[in-house]
Amino acid sequence: MPEQILPKPDSRETWSFYGAALVFLVVLPLLNVLPSEDSWLHLSDFRLNQFGKFLCFAILALGLDLTWGYCGVLSLGQGVFFGFGAYCMGMYLALQIGAESVYGSDLPDFMVWTQVKELPWFWVPFKNFGAGILGAILVPMIFATVFGFLAFRSRIKGVYFAIITQALAFAAWLVFNRNETRLGGTNGLTDFKQILGYRLSDPSTQRALYIMTALALAASFLLCRWIVASRAGKVLIAIRDSESRVTFSGYTPWVYKLFVFVVAAGLAGLSGLLYVPQVGIITPAQIGVLPSLEVVIWVAVGGRGTLMGAVLGAVTVNYGRSLLTNYFPEAWPFILGGLFVVVVTMFPDGLIGMIRRLFAGRQPEPGLTVHKAQGGA
Amino acid sequence: MILNCENVVVDYDGFKALNNCNFRVHYNELRVVIGPNGAGKTTLLDVICGKTKPSSGKVFFGHNIDLTTKNAETITKLGVGRKFQAPSVYSNLSVWQNLDLSLKRASKGVFPTLFGKSTPAERERIGQALETIGLENVAHERAGSLSHGQKQWLEIGMVILQDPSLLLVDEPVAGMSDKETEQTGRLLQTLSEKQAIVVIEHDMEFVRQIARVVTVLAEGTVICEGTVEQVQADDYVREIYLGRAKVAH
Repeated sequence: MPEQILPKPDSRETWSFYGAALVFLVVLPLLNVLPSEDSWLHLSDFRLNQFGKFLCFAILALGLDLTWGYCGVLSLGQGVFFGFGAYCMGMYLALQIGAESVYGSDLPDFMVWTQVKELPWFWVPFKNFGAGILGAILVPMIFATVFGFLAFRSRIKGVYFAIITQALAFAAWLVFNRNETRLGGTNGLTDFKQILGYRLSDPSTQRALYIMTALALAASFLLCRWIVASRAGKVLIAIRDSESRVTFSGYTPWVYKLFVFVVAAGLAGLSGLLYVPQVGIITPAQIGVLPSLEVVIWVAVGGRGTLMGAVLGAVTVNYGRSLLTNYFPEAWPFILGGLFVVVVTMFPDGLIGMIRRLFAGRQPEPGLTVHKAQGGA
Repeated sequence: MILNCENVVVDYDGFKALNNCNFRVHYNELRVVIGPNGAGKTTLLDVICGKTKPSSGKVFFGHNIDLTTKNAETITKLGVGRKFQAPSVYSNLSVWQNLDLSLKRASKGVFPTLFGKSTPAERERIGQALETIGLENVAHERAGSLSHGQKQWLEIGMVILQDPSLLLVDEPVAGMSDKETEQTGRLLQTLSEKQAIVVIEHDMEFVRQIARVVTVLAEGTVICEGTVEQVQADDYVREIYLGRAKVAH
């Protein structure tokens, strides 16, 4: 009788995990540090920082892949959770500017010019670094718990859930744009100087942030892989395949959906938290409808239902953007849209599917078959 | 008596899918329910398993548990298993994983399921179920790649792993080959040694193969109950059901 209950660990995935970890954790930082600046091998501080940003996006994509790729719940509001995380960290960083600010006030600059005399109450905890970190992860998770509870408990599914999350993204964008929200309005939070006493302009600080991002991505990946490999992970796939059967097997599907939704929100918060000190600015433009939709494209392009696909999609699409916007800045939205259409219609398994087909020379054994009828794009 | 439906009415905006339906099933009984299209057969199963709430009437299960007050998950846990008409298996999981997820466990909450490891006893049970449904050789195949008949058996296997004392099976042999139909009949007969089974079926030959007692449903009420011969001899049944079936053949 067959013994194992879980499928054999996918060795290809293990190897690609080690490979990616080697490249991002060792090779890229070394290329930044070791070769002299004029060597063709040298990776500039700017490029390394850029990769740091891509790896943040990969964490964000992993979360969406759990909810959408595995559980079939399409969320078009991941940007909101990313934004919560980013703003929490941004508030900490803004309070670290201190007397270096343009007006020399303890308050962030935007408060000075919007006539705010005293630090708003919800800013106060963010004087503390630990509060910034915890807030960046917990605020999105708590918000996702409340929102998800209301939505999933009322059995909101499929496109209806997608539309509601899109409305959420739009609402969040409106709220963050208002000066009355006391989060810097359209200008957002920027002009950060230091984190825990280290100068953000210092290349070594940025390198350390990059390495932490790479480690955070590796940890997030392992967390997601553990979830996916557990029996609960199989329930997620089962919900995607046949939700009513899951109910009649004694599970409560909405609780599982809520669970992945909250995990994804936590990952999005983590992603935002790491993004802000590396990019140096967070504005409402980065958290609205469009950025939320882009996450969906990364996952679709990389290959939904495979964790490696989410990472690959986030890094390649964003790298492609950084290359192509140099040459055709106006054309980028069309390229991105075209890419999405091509992938969804012709390569439903995304880049991962294509790579597997190339190397295996046979029909791939994808993480999940994409059903046109349910949970599809 | 394991199941006792009393005066069940299901009213869809004036159309009574079930109209004062009284239906009883004994322990370890294999009962076949037949009836023309729209007679309310599937609705009856929906009411028993909690998918549809009746407008009035009671459904007692086992020792007087009223199922009409419970939701589908609770009813499943109480021991009512439901096999749907169209095969509904998890096509992206292997046969083994399909069975493993369906196995009855103390808790099916998120965290116990997340941290849960399968025990040798559980693996043994899944192995037995695989043998019962005859899918030992495809245990690690993706369920989506199985044939129609195999999917139906897999779903029956999934339901029996929940340890139901009452198994509801909706048209199990629709779309099956003759050989598969016969195997399904034997499977159901084996299973009825341990649990009560209610089967809805159209295929009269299959009904003759498995049925001891047949219930005829028409327009939402039970109109006749008895052996296949008794039912077929009943004039009213011939008029509304068998007569029509003969014309159809």
